[in-house]
Order: sequence, then structure tokens, then C-alpha cells
Amino acid sequence: MSDLSTAFADGPAFVPYLAVGDPDYESSLAYVEALERGGADVVELGLPFSEPIAEGPTIQEAVVRSLEAGTTPDLFFEFVGDLEVDVPLVCMTYYNLVYQYGEERGPRPFVEKAAEVGLSGFVVPDLPAEEAGPLRAACDEFGLDLVSIVAPTTDEERLGKLVSVSSGYLYVQARLGVTGAQSSVSDRTAASLDRLSDVDLPKAVGFGISSGEQAATVVEAGADGVIVGSALVDVVGEGYRNDDPVADVADRLESLARELNAGAERGYSQRAPRPERTSE
Amino acid sequence: MSEGDAAKGVEDRTDAGDGKFGEYGGRYVPEALMPAIEELTDAYERYVLGNEDGFVDEFRRRLAEFGGRPTPLQRADRLSERYGTEVYLKREDLVHGGAHKLNNALGQVLLAKYMGKERIVAETGAGQHGTATAMAAAHLGMPCEVYMGERDINRQRPNVFRMRINGAAVTPVTTGRGTLKEAISETMRDWASNVEDTHYVIGSVVGPHPFPRMVRDFQAVISEEAREQIREGAGRLPDAVLACAGGGSNTMGAFHRFVPDEDVDLYAVEAGGSSLEVDERTGVAPNSASLTTGSEGVLHGSRTKLLQDGHGQIVESHSISSGLDYAGVGPELAHLVDEGRVTPVAVDDDAALAAFHRLSQEEGIIPALETAHAFGYLHEHHAGLGGVVVVNVSGRGDKDLESVVEETDARGTPNAPDMSAFGGGL
Repeated sequence: MSDLSTAFADGPAFVPYLAVGDPDYESSLAYVEALERGGADVVELGLPFSEPIAEGPTIQEAVVRSLEAGTTPDLFFEFVGDLEVDVPLVCMTYYNLVYQYGEERGPRPFVEKAAEVGLSGFVVPDLPAEEAGPLRAACDEFGLDLVSIVAPTTDEERLGKLVSVSSGYLYVQARLGVTGAQSSVSDRTAASLDRLSDVDLPKAVGFGISSGEQAATVVEAGADGVIVGSALVDVVGEGYRNDDPVADVADRLESLARELNAGAERGYSQRAPRPERTSE
Repeated sequence: MSEGDAAKGVEDRTDAGDGKFGEYGGRYVPEALMPAIEELTDAYERYVLGNEDGFVDEFRRRLAEFGGRPTPLQRADRLSERYGTEVYLKREDLVHGGAHKLNNALGQVLLAKYMGKERIVAETGAGQHGTATAMAAAHLGMPCEVYMGERDINRQRPNVFRMRINGAAVTPVTTGRGTLKEAISETMRDWASNVEDTHYVIGSVVGPHPFPRMVRDFQAVISEEAREQIREGAGRLPDAVLACAGGGSNTMGAFHRFVPDEDVDLYAVEAGGSSLEVDERTGVAPNSASLTTGSEGVLHGSRTKLLQDGHGQIVESHSISSGLDYAGVGPELAHLVDEGRVTPVAVDDDAALAAFHRLSQEEGIIPALETAHAFGYLHEHHAGLGGVVVVNVSGRGDKDLESVVEETDARGTPNAPDMSAFGGGL
């Protein structure tokens, strides 16, 4: 079992996201460490790309702040090395950065470096299953996971393709569109989870979750974990705009993380026991 | 197969292929968009390649009746005399709306209608594609929203008015530098949010498969006509075809039917801006010459040649012409350049502006600033192009007049009329 799958083994996993280097390297280290104190089981670390087509305005602004602060792939890897956390880390970025790294074209040098600094896997939103072969091969070579995103529009045939290249967990997109906090959970989430019930990988739901209550709803509906990005990035963005001390922002992140994590646990305890599957 | 058959068209092909042009192309988009892209590929195969339900017949009829095709291939008498070579102009500026863009916009909006889509979104740089899409959507009764960078809105106000007057919503994009690159990203986000009932009319031969191939097929009418017309007018195929290249839709349209004619040299004229060097400190390429100076990478759904820094971040491009101001280029064009079939060249802002005035004064045709780049190359390199040259006049320059007045005064363009008395007063 990989590091990532293990993180889902004992109850629901809380998977927060932050963009590395937002708004600067040192603050960002403190913020990610606060997420671990708040109960993170896995952390998704965003490596900013200049054209983040799958992101909504909140994360897009974070990407701009981080790039303006000088974040590069090498600084990202240094950041991972400097982090004092004890949970698996996933790199979330776009394919061009993975593809361009190092002397040799293709994803291998990036994956090799990621393995060296201790990352556990990748989420690459603009890399569908059809183009994922080279990255999947590099992940296999270095023992890392490749997490795929399943959309509400993904049909059975595509789901088969996705699962065949995925490991660690599946990132279940709760609704159509781009990332961004929402006030309610889409009805499509439960339907998506039902469709995935036979897939033998943990299912983490993301896109739009911003409160403990929403986390509870999603886990109660059958999710093995919740992914929260924009709601946390909002805390960083607000702290930056108000020029708040880093420690205060970190405290707020820790507190929101606790709420989200507690919501996920609550949802799990309220979940109706699933009928035992019997083999035919 | 006779020469005529080779040039005839798309009707005898029914397979969209895998979307790869050598190592370029493909589909690099969020999973949420993949089913829509598969649905579009299926519709492209059935309707565009297979003429199901008479799609191609209706498209051709509307191109003729609404679009004003065929456009003439005009011999440019004074340029021919000046350069000592036969110069022919393919007059895409005479297509309804004033640019080749309508060929593609009409094709895609019609296809969206055949697919049962209910809404059109598009992005635009110079506004010509947005205008063409707004016109096609109004013509076919589809609601339309166009994303446009804030900077481009300020540079291209006449086209903003035209889009609004045709009933389209124009949504400003304020991220980044507010140009085409940001508008494309924003339109992809809208599409990802509304993919079930919305079709994204991509404005060039860029993006995920099947867009590069499909847009090329809609634009191939340019070279299909030009090839017949030059044989009639000059009695033979040309020695060279010149077309300006931003994303590359008029380029691929002008080249496509000539690609098998290996004696015809194909020149993709890019925007050289103020320099071909990248300013590493500011992360800006003061040009839009991705074929000439770019490197391979992945942007907006396909693998192609890009303006990017050493880390793979996309750098800001520049051109006096907002229609060429884009950091990427179509994957098929990138492939044809690698194969040696297309020669990429670059013309800087000053030479393009001088060519703009020259064509206006000597031929009575005010070209789009995009097109002026092709004439800039003709001016500097006519001696090496052979005896018969076709230049694709991709669009007309009415939309650019405000920038031209401003830039002409600022640069002291040598062959331009004195505009200072009229500065800003258009």
C-alpha cells in the first residue's frame, strides 16, 4: 500500500491544499505546518503555473502572488525538503512544468527529483488519462502515485481509462467548473460516489468544500476523504491583504483545518453502515 | 490521384485521426472537458468529414450567401511593378465582417447547432474572431458570450462595439496582462463550468484535438479557392505563399491545399515585435514569434511551440497587432516547420507599420496590422520569393486605425502621412 493509500486507511482523510510560496516562501512553510497541526492526513502542495486553467479566482490569485514572490520548480522542491511535517505530500501542478524540468524532455527528471525530496505523488489537472502514459511510467519507476481527477461528466468508459492510470486515491470533482469555495455541496457528489463504489481506490472529494458541515455531508455520502483548497487559500489571501502577522494567519488556518477535519470525522460516524458485499 | 482530386476537400476523409502532428497536438485539458471534446470529435467526424445531414452543403451555402465567398484573388499591379514579381492578393478582408475569421466561426456555430448546444462562448484578441463569432451566432440564433482581455478591449474598441451590437455579451478579462492568452484561459474556465450545453468556438488552429484539425478544415477554403484562382490567373501554381501567423488559422487556411505542392514555398510571417530576444528579468518576450524563437511545451490543450521561460512558465508576448499577440501557435504549423515544409520568418513592429501604410497608399487596401506583417516580409525579401507570389490578406484594418494613428505618430514611420493633426480624433 502506498503512503497515500495508507493515509486513508483509518477513517476519513482530510486533504488540504495550499499554493507553495503564497505569499512568500517563509510564510508558506508556516502555513503548511499549521495544516498538519490542524489534522491534515495528506497535504496537496500547489506548484504555481502561469496559466492555471482549472482554477477559479481564489487560487489563481494565489498563483500570481507566489510567482511574483519568485517561486520556481527548484524552490518548490527545496520547500518540500524544508517542511517539518510528517504526512504524505502531493504535488499539484500543470503538465508543462513537469514536462520542462531538467535537461531531458519529459516527466522523468521531475519525478526523480520529487522522489528525492520525499513527495508521494502528483495531481496534474490538465493531463487526462490519454496523455498520462509517460508520467505514469516515471511514477512507477520511482514509486510515486499519480492521482487522477474524476469529473461529474466522466462516463463509464473514461472511468475505466482513468482508473487504469491512477494510484494513491481518486480526486472526485464535486461539481462542474473550476476550483472555488461554495456555500453548499452539489447533489452530483453523492451520485458520483455511487458510480465509483466498485473502484478499489480511496475517493477524496474536492471542488467547493469550505466548511466542516460540508465536509461531514460529503463523507456521510461515502467519500473516503475531503480535499479543501480555496477556503484555506482565502485565509492566506485575506491575511496578505490585511498585512496580518504570519502567526495569526497560521492560527486561523489551523483552526479552519480542525473544523474541516472534525466535520469529516463527524460525517464518518454518521454514515449508515454499508451492506456487506457478498461474492457471487 | 490527379492534382484536382488532391485539392478537392475534406469530403473523402471520415476519420479525425488521433490529433497528433508528429510530436505536437494531443489533448491536455481537465477531465471535465474530455467528454465534451470526445462529443465534438464525433460531431466533427460525422458532420464535417462525413457531411451527415448535409452539414457541409449548408456550411458552403451559408459561406457563400452570408459570408460573401468566394473572395477574389486580385493581382496587385503596383506592388508587382515595384517588386518586379507577380503579386497576387487573396482578399479575405472582403469576407463578411472583414476577416477570414468568419470561415471558422460560421462553421463552428453551425456545428454547435447541429450538436444541439444552446450557448456559444469564445475568446478574442484583436476582436476579429469575437466579431465573427457574434455575427455567426446572431445569424444562427444562438446566445453568445465573448471573453476579451481588458488591454485588448482598450486597443480594439470598434470590434467591441460590433460584438455588442450583434447581441453578444463581452466580458473583460483582467488577469495577467489582459490579452489573448488570459482570455483563452478564462473561456476554458467558463467552458469547464457549462460544458453540457455550451460550445467553445476556439478562434484559431490551437487547443485540444479536434480543434486544430477542424479549424484548419473550415479555413482551408482559402487555399482551396486560391489554388484554383492562381492557376486561372497566372496559369500556374505560385512560387510562394505568404501569410501572417499568430495562432495560425489564416496561415493554415492559406497553406493547407498547397502543402502537397512541394514546389510552392510557404512562409509563416510572425510578429517580431520590438526584438526577438526574451527579457529574462521581466519575463517578457517583446515579440510573438513562437515558431521562430519558441520551444516545445504544453499550453491551452496541446503540445506545440511556445514562448516560455526556462522553468516552463509562459512568458508575456508582444506585438503591435493584438491579433498576433499570443505565446503559442497551432501544433500542425509547428510540425510543418520542423518538417521543413513551412519557413517561419519574423517582421518587427516598425516594418509592419511601414507596410501597412504602403499597401494603403499603393493598392487602396487598408490591411489589418496582422496582415501588414506579411507585406513587411514581401517588401524586404521579394527578390528571393520567385516570379509568382500569393499574399493572404487575412483581414481589413479598420479596427486598427486608432492604434495606427497613435503608433505612427510615436514612431515617426517614414512613409506615413502626417497624422499628428488628427491624433486621437478618429
